[in-house]
Amino acid sequence: MRIEIKFGGLGGQGIITAGYITAKAAAIYDGKESAFTQDYSAEARGGASTSEVVISDEKINYPQVLHADYLIVMSQSAYNDYLYKLKKGGVLIIEEDLVKPDERAKDFKVYGIPATRFAEEIGNPIVANIVMLGFFTAVTGVVSKEAMWKSIEERIPKRFLEMNQKAFLKGYDYGQKILQESS
Amino acid sequence: MKPGYYFWSGDIAAAEGAIFAGCRFYAGYPITPSSEIAERMALRLPQVGGKFIEMEDEIGSIAAIIGASWTGEKVMTATSGPGISLMNENIGLAAMTEVPIVIVNAMRGAPSTGLPTLVGQGDLMQAKWGSHGSYEIISLYPDSVQETFDLMVDAFNYAEKYRVPVLFLIDGMLAHMYEKIYVPPEDAVERIERKRPTKPPGEQLIYEPDEDLIPPMPRIGEGYKIHASGLTHNEKGYPELTPQAQERLIRRLNDKIRKHAEEIWKVEEYRTDNADVIVVAMGSNARAVRTAVDEARKEGIKAGLLRPITIWPFPYKYIEKYAVDYIVAEINYGQIYHKVKEYASGNVELLPKMGGELHTPQEILHALRRYKK
Repeated sequence: MRIEIKFGGLGGQGIITAGYITAKAAAIYDGKESAFTQDYSAEARGGASTSEVVISDEKINYPQVLHADYLIVMSQSAYNDYLYKLKKGGVLIIEEDLVKPDERAKDFKVYGIPATRFAEEIGNPIVANIVMLGFFTAVTGVVSKEAMWKSIEERIPKRFLEMNQKAFLKGYDYGQKILQESS
Repeated sequence: MKPGYYFWSGDIAAAEGAIFAGCRFYAGYPITPSSEIAERMALRLPQVGGKFIEMEDEIGSIAAIIGASWTGEKVMTATSGPGISLMNENIGLAAMTEVPIVIVNAMRGAPSTGLPTLVGQGDLMQAKWGSHGSYEIISLYPDSVQETFDLMVDAFNYAEKYRVPVLFLIDGMLAHMYEKIYVPPEDAVERIERKRPTKPPGEQLIYEPDEDLIPPMPRIGEGYKIHASGLTHNEKGYPELTPQAQERLIRRLNDKIRKHAEEIWKVEEYRTDNADVIVVAMGSNARAVRTAVDEARKEGIKAGLLRPITIWPFPYKYIEKYAVDYIVAEINYGQIYHKVKEYASGNVELLPKMGGELHTPQEILHALRRYKK
């Protein structure tokens, strides 16, 4: 089955990295096929940033998102720009301190997490994307927890691993809690 | 590189594939979306005993690899957009002086500066006709990260075997897209080296062809008299500015490729048996076509995909083979469409896109529905 995931936010939030880690986790550590693409504006920080991941058990043809099953947004502008890509009944995951959903969100299953605030509590807002990946892993189950962590471990410089592990587990545990509360 | 699975972009696969093929010299000038090839080569070539040079521009880059190739090394450069336009004069020089080189062109939205980060297929004709004069080159164009790696070995083999520039096309999508890739063991592929002279220095004329029309190539510094001139030359390599010398040389430069065209052709034929309509598509743009063909078949439309992997010399016999209608889906306003039209017996329709994005499966399917019988 083909699964389409879109990440959106601002340059500097680690949106590209989040997509790369997710796609690699699926392909290398979960043994599936995946395609990862990215798009960014000319500015390194502060401009729009988006990445796309397609996961499948079979060889992937069209490599980009057509109708996203999952949309993860970490800025209001990304919410405004990419919501139309999410298919009806799809899963919308938001950075709840930075994104205020409007009435259109009622068509989707919505999960929110204050990822940046959690990252700051851990020690650095730069790991907000990793908090988000933990949360995404827990609430969607698209990628296994082990695969996601291995992929993070390989992408992140060793000296930052401890902080990233805290961030990943914080997001993951929060996701599990949210799931329990909603069931 | 250790055999196994990796998660690479098309750019990384192009660089690693080149190293796997035996490339040990790269000169280049970075330009989006090909820059990661230079970045990877800068990291990796020193690790395998090779050399990387960042040049002052694209003209210098291709000049440097032409020179380096005369030392006997396998060589490459990579560029995109305005960069490939700058390289075209020296592509002609490499064709004229029969120097094995590989040039990667990551096609982006164009003309001019166009869409630096986005996909285009506007350089398909330029790959063949970019330099002045009537000459043949070889051009290959993969559709996935895996095929980029695998096909790089063929690119170097062709360059070496036929002593010709190989234009290795990728596109903005493929260059930056990441996929899983398998790197085989070192000894899993055949690597071809250029023919060496069999006669000693003094007896060997450097442009004296064998029966296959390809002359053996000495290394510079081995004692052979090497005079490699862009002027029309005789078998010694000396300028001979006559219609007779031109007739002999240019005819041979073309024929050495044309006569071996069928050995060079690589084409994917997907569900083309008993098809009524076949989509011709190349590179990353062909991927959506496979989905559309499957969907169309479910709707009772006998559709297929013909994907030229060898773009030049154009694999025209595959077009002639099918008495069908053709749709040519390309990210330009009609290039390979004209080649297909030249050889097709049925109707040929152009499905163009000006650049920036691939055709979607839905767009291809929509076109195919018009051929429902």
